[in-house]
Amino acid sequence: MKQKKTHIRNFCIIEHIDHGKSTLADRLLELTDSVSQRDMQQQVLDNMDIEKERGITIKARAVTLNYKAADGEEYELNLIDTPGHVDFNYEVSRSLAACDGAVLIVDATQGVEAQTLGNTYLALDHDLELVPVINKIDLPAADPDRVCADVEEIIGLDCSEAPRISAKTGENVPAVLESIVKNIPAPEGDDDAPLKALVFDSVYDNYKGVIVYVRVMDGTLKAGETMKMMATGAKYTVVEVGRMRALNLEPCDELHAGEVGYITASIKSVVDARVGDTVTKVENEAAAPLPGYKKVNPMVFCGVYPADGADYEALREALEKLQLNDASLAFEPETSGALGFGFRCGFLGLLHLEIIQERLEREYDLDLITTIPSVVYKIHLSDGTMVEISNPTNYPDPATIQYSEEPVTDAHIYSPPEYVGVIMDLCQERRGSFKNMDYISKDRVDIHYILPLNEIIYDFFDALKSRTRGYGSFDYELKGYERSNLVKLDVLLNGDLIDALSFIIHADKAYPRARRIAEKLKENIPRQMFEIPVQIAIGGKVIARETIKAMRKDVLAKCYGGDITRKKKLLEKQKEGKKRMRRFGTVEVPQEAFMAVLKLDDDK
Amino acid sequence: MTSKPLALYLHIPFCASKCPYCDFYSGRYPAETRERYVEALKEELETGFRSRAFLPPDVYSRPLSSVYFGGGTPSLLGAELLTDLLNAARRRFPVLPDAEITVEVNPSLEAPESFFAALAKSGVNRVSLGLQSAVDAERKKLGRRAGRADAERCVKAAYAAGIENVSLDVMLGIPGQTPASLNETLSFAVDLGVPHLSCYLLKIEPGTPFFKLRDKLDLPDDDASADFYLQTCVFLEARGYRHYEVSNFCRDGLIGRHNMTYWADGEYLGLGPGAHSFLNGTRFFQPPDLESFLAGAPAEYEGAGGDEAERLMLRLRTDLGAPVSAFPEKGNEIAAMERNGLVTVRDGQLCFTDKGFLVSNAVLAELL
Repeated sequence: MKQKKTHIRNFCIIEHIDHGKSTLADRLLELTDSVSQRDMQQQVLDNMDIEKERGITIKARAVTLNYKAADGEEYELNLIDTPGHVDFNYEVSRSLAACDGAVLIVDATQGVEAQTLGNTYLALDHDLELVPVINKIDLPAADPDRVCADVEEIIGLDCSEAPRISAKTGENVPAVLESIVKNIPAPEGDDDAPLKALVFDSVYDNYKGVIVYVRVMDGTLKAGETMKMMATGAKYTVVEVGRMRALNLEPCDELHAGEVGYITASIKSVVDARVGDTVTKVENEAAAPLPGYKKVNPMVFCGVYPADGADYEALREALEKLQLNDASLAFEPETSGALGFGFRCGFLGLLHLEIIQERLEREYDLDLITTIPSVVYKIHLSDGTMVEISNPTNYPDPATIQYSEEPVTDAHIYSPPEYVGVIMDLCQERRGSFKNMDYISKDRVDIHYILPLNEIIYDFFDALKSRTRGYGSFDYELKGYERSNLVKLDVLLNGDLIDALSFIIHADKAYPRARRIAEKLKENIPRQMFEIPVQIAIGGKVIARETIKAMRKDVLAKCYGGDITRKKKLLEKQKEGKKRMRRFGTVEVPQEAFMAVLKLDDDK
Repeated sequence: MTSKPLALYLHIPFCASKCPYCDFYSGRYPAETRERYVEALKEELETGFRSRAFLPPDVYSRPLSSVYFGGGTPSLLGAELLTDLLNAARRRFPVLPDAEITVEVNPSLEAPESFFAALAKSGVNRVSLGLQSAVDAERKKLGRRAGRADAERCVKAAYAAGIENVSLDVMLGIPGQTPASLNETLSFAVDLGVPHLSCYLLKIEPGTPFFKLRDKLDLPDDDASADFYLQTCVFLEARGYRHYEVSNFCRDGLIGRHNMTYWADGEYLGLGPGAHSFLNGTRFFQPPDLESFLAGAPAEYEGAGGDEAERLMLRLRTDLGAPVSAFPEKGNEIAAMERNGLVTVRDGQLCFTDKGFLVSNAVLAELL
């Protein structure tokens, strides 16, 4: 059934992480009878396990809700979910572009935080009408008056009528729906103009092929028509169009300007329906695509290897399957002397990397070893050429290097003023260069730094959280490349180079990092039959060393009573354990040692 | 044609109190239960009822090369019941004239002189005594009730009864143990002139009280435990003891022949809850539960035994070693182990060194 444009609202919910977006989404689904109580799983919108556990939304989803408002009219509310992490900024921006307004959730106990601001600015960039909502009023520490004042002062948004709710208990949630209807404008657009539909997500389905989620800006589309992806030029015959419901897809005859819906057209891979692309029709093609499309490039790379070499093919298949649904995941085969056959994978950021790694391990039951993540460095050689390096193995001979460049980011850190000192220390340690600092309110500062990307991809966020007792938050975007003084660190165990542990680092960081790595390896490589020297070297020069002492005791002293089976089982278990280790020459290295090298600052 | 000898193990699952480190199957039961158990065990010896699925037809014509009463605390049964059991075994099996007949004894005996005299009379010729430590404070930590003086009295009583082949259990890595206290224990044992010692590293087994308390026990770390072990080897070897198995030392060729059966590919029949058997290439065991044993529960299959890897694993526990030719693809590894003093290769036989025994699990996992 076609809804009049005046009765459509396209909106998203934005927040700082954990302010209650998913819970509110659940309540809205319940209130609009989009899901029966029986089908109500917690947080229907986030339908990946990892999302549920981490409480973050990774991929956008959308759902159409039918709501009868207080004015007696029936409205079609299209809730477009947005990813909530800096790794997915581009996807967020495309989801926002599909909306006309945004519900801004602010936690009544926390107030305005980094992503509250970051996402607000993003929403304002897309001219979205903002509907503030104060959540978590049921908590004892809630201070909605202060938080409203915060929002008014920092964001300049009138909160006098902002619903004060508890998404958890459901208190006052209907006011949110009313506020959406009242304050978010109806979509514009012309049914008779050439079709322009914005792809804000695409999902691979085994039966239907790619399901393309779109917001129709102008024009109409129905099954049987020939559509065209404007960025790739690929053409498809539309098989089905329809709306997204909470638990299923609901086909309809035609999608119209202003509506949010899906298209299926036997598209084989999400790579062919990239987020941000514009769908038009071959007949009456749009003159120009919608603005804002870009092909997102991975920023963080690492080697991903099966712990058991026999799983190589299984890993390839798993990566291929994940890529069907994740156009920003890149991978190509690589070989490591230490780890055998594996893949060099590219990710949007460290969270993206961790998510993929976890999905590979959980959903595909693979044991993985990942190498230290790297960014893409630009190495300018004496012969005037430039190579882009994201794999330390390919690092050129230092004698041939004229100079190097590394990617840097514009980073904003938001925090109460009392942590400015520790934050500046942290940024200084991470080779940041200070730009400026703004008091955005009397108890909130925005500290602006230029930070090298390789300093923030590992553990910057964790370090920030722990040093600011959880009050600090941050947001970054890639700024460009700057000249840098880089070196490659090599790890040698018992004299053998372990290529998978090599990495590229700023020269000033090399010595302390080398010492930490040597210590970490010593802690995490179990004592073995023989003493093992651990050396960290630049070129041929060892700059840090440790020794893993030989194991002293590993014996079943008592073997009486004829219980040989038990002894055999112990031996089997021990051999099993050896299989889970990687063997380098005579040294066996457990996966944990690789992990430990990645997370060097955990125990600071 | 003489049939292959057999070792017989009889498990006595009774203790006056449970030591907090022990995970062998045993418990506290009244005298009446103990007597019922002896009857059941005699019946099992007689009929082979519980193990019948695994017993070859000729089993009762196999001569016993050893009989071993293990526990638990076999001495808790008293000489009369032990004699009773031994006689039941003699009725069913031929017993070799030089058979080794061992009883494990807890030194907390009221009248060791008459006890050992009675045992000797019934044919027991070897005693294994749970000393653990000659330092009473250490014995107390291990929950051992008898003192050093009780142990000494037992050893002398055994000698007086004509049982010269006495073995003492010594524990290494007791909470609070020091090189000096270990020295005291070893000197005590050697001064008593025992021809055999079992010196084993305390292992904290899941399910024991020590396991729960392990973080509070002041346990020596691996390095300290390893040093205790090496100290023991040096001490005993210097005094003429042969280190013939990971944890066992003997003089005058008096190895524990029953236990050697387990390690040197011999066959054995174990009766009683928790007892293991190996016959005709099959391993089986009696479930460790006294009530079900009394009720007649059958022995259970554990798997095939006696394959090459198992034989090598067991032989390498002893100073017999294994032929180096059994590891044709491990030349480099063995050379590295030899360089690092973990194994020796002499006349084609691969043997652990004292230092090597300490890491034998890792070495075996590498070799097998």
